[in-house]
Amino acid sequence: MITLNGISKSFKVAKRSAGLRQAAKALFVREHTIVEALRDITFSIGKGEIVGYIGPNGAGKSTSIKVMSGILVPDRGSCEIMGYTPWKERTAYVKQIGVVFGQRSQLWWDVPVIDSFELLRDIYKIPTQVYRANVDLLTETLDLASLLPTPVRQLSLGQRMRCEIAASLLHDPQVLFLDEPTIGLDAVSKIAVRHFIQTINKEKGITVVLTTHDMNDIEALANRILMIGHGRLLYDGSLGELRRRFGAQKTITVEYREHSLPVRVEGAELLSWTAERAMFTVDTSRCKVADAIAQLSEQLELVDVAVEATPIDEIIVQLYKEHSL
Amino acid sequence: MKMYWSYLRILFKSIAQYRLSFWLLAVGQSLTPLTGFAGIYFMFERFGQLRDWQFYEVALCFAVVHLSYTLCEAFARGFDTFSTLVVNGGFDRLLVRPRSTLVQVLGSRFEFARVGRISFSLILLFWAIGNLDIAWTAAKVVTLLLMIVSGMAIVAGIYIVTASLCFWTVEGLEIANIFTDGGREMAQYPLNIYGKWVKVFFTYVIPYGCVNYLPLLYILDRTQGSGWLYMLTPLVGVVFLLPCLLIWRFGVKHYCSTGS
Repeated sequence: MITLNGISKSFKVAKRSAGLRQAAKALFVREHTIVEALRDITFSIGKGEIVGYIGPNGAGKSTSIKVMSGILVPDRGSCEIMGYTPWKERTAYVKQIGVVFGQRSQLWWDVPVIDSFELLRDIYKIPTQVYRANVDLLTETLDLASLLPTPVRQLSLGQRMRCEIAASLLHDPQVLFLDEPTIGLDAVSKIAVRHFIQTINKEKGITVVLTTHDMNDIEALANRILMIGHGRLLYDGSLGELRRRFGAQKTITVEYREHSLPVRVEGAELLSWTAERAMFTVDTSRCKVADAIAQLSEQLELVDVAVEATPIDEIIVQLYKEHSL
Repeated sequence: MKMYWSYLRILFKSIAQYRLSFWLLAVGQSLTPLTGFAGIYFMFERFGQLRDWQFYEVALCFAVVHLSYTLCEAFARGFDTFSTLVVNGGFDRLLVRPRSTLVQVLGSRFEFARVGRISFSLILLFWAIGNLDIAWTAAKVVTLLLMIVSGMAIVAGIYIVTASLCFWTVEGLEIANIFTDGGREMAQYPLNIYGKWVKVFFTYVIPYGCVNYLPLLYILDRTQGSGWLYMLTPLVGVVFLLPCLLIWRFGVKHYCSTGS
């Protein structure tokens, strides 16, 4: 479906230095630095996948999305999506894709949402029947009925994002690019958006590529992660695999009847201790969680036990650290 | 075409949200050419004529130039304000839609408030025609329409070139106003009152003279020899548009390969 091969892209950025003299000099001679936004990016995505694209700010996520959506032409490398080269056959290609920029609206600000939808219908030349069916479906699944007659400027961010996503799906795209679709949304809206992305992926088989900083998005949606940093592709694999690599540690929290002395558990590290509650981290490659609990129950009268995986955010931080980002 | 109509509808609906602002703008804007015209009126009041040009002849010239200029401002506003579209990233959005960038930029803005200036120019046009003793023929009517359309083409061309420059830099584009506003101020008087280099520049480089002065001679029966040539000179304006469109295409290509 999507194949990128050795995509590289660099930008020339004018150097700006502080100071009046430097600024005056810059009027005549501009010094440029070359920023390599993408370096030799290679991956392929199959039909119907949801792929999470992650990386710290400025890593090249948006640039990749722009290359894949045909806005930018890379310096080197090839990209084939549904048989098209995005930047070559732009108009034919973009009919097949939907793009949502989380920070920019594609709706017309002062008019009701439905008017924007109708204009998009004309822009994409969507047949009336298809358009009707899609609007009905989207209205139902995204709960838009009360939003459609409202001018966009009066919508909350969460409401607007639902409309944005709906707008990008009116023309039945096969691939959907979402650039930070949950940025700035409250918890309820985030869950609604995630749920919807799952639904369209399952029911319509739309391939979804999303960038995000919210690891919960990834956890809820993506069965595959691409991590990019300094323009390089650093990780390509499933979240489970990442967990196995970095998430070998589990946290065990135990509550017990009062006990005056700290207990020791072979293979586990004590994080905190009170007379009724203790936290341990267990490296599962050295000690099984069950063994640790067994040791604990021998020494203590346990009331409650909770075992948690290392939060995904921490795994990502470790991953960033490993690549010194 | 159908899509452009849809664009206009949605833009009109947007404007309708701000009624008072719209009417104030429309009325206020029509005052600008009025003051310009008042200048001409009082000048003729004082001096009687300009070279061998009579008041109503100059008024006709003024009206035609202002009409095509304001019409173009209304239609091609998207190019006039194109730098904002590049700065706020709206152009990326246009690129992911399956239509030509040209039509989409045209459709991104329409200055409805220009209706004030347009009607002022129309009234002036008919008033000047009513007071001139012109033997109207079909050919002359066509010429007059050509003058208006071609005038629009030239201004649009300059807008498009200026907008194309936004792909390289968004700073210092005020210079284009010399050619649009400046050109308009020049062209509202018959070209032969100016010095030689002005005439040459506005005939061969930016051909305002071809769409305004020369065909005006034909309409006023001041031509020597064949009138056909004078009648068809406005087409130069359309020709002027072609290289401008090429520059635009080149600019879009450049944007795609540099981005942000």
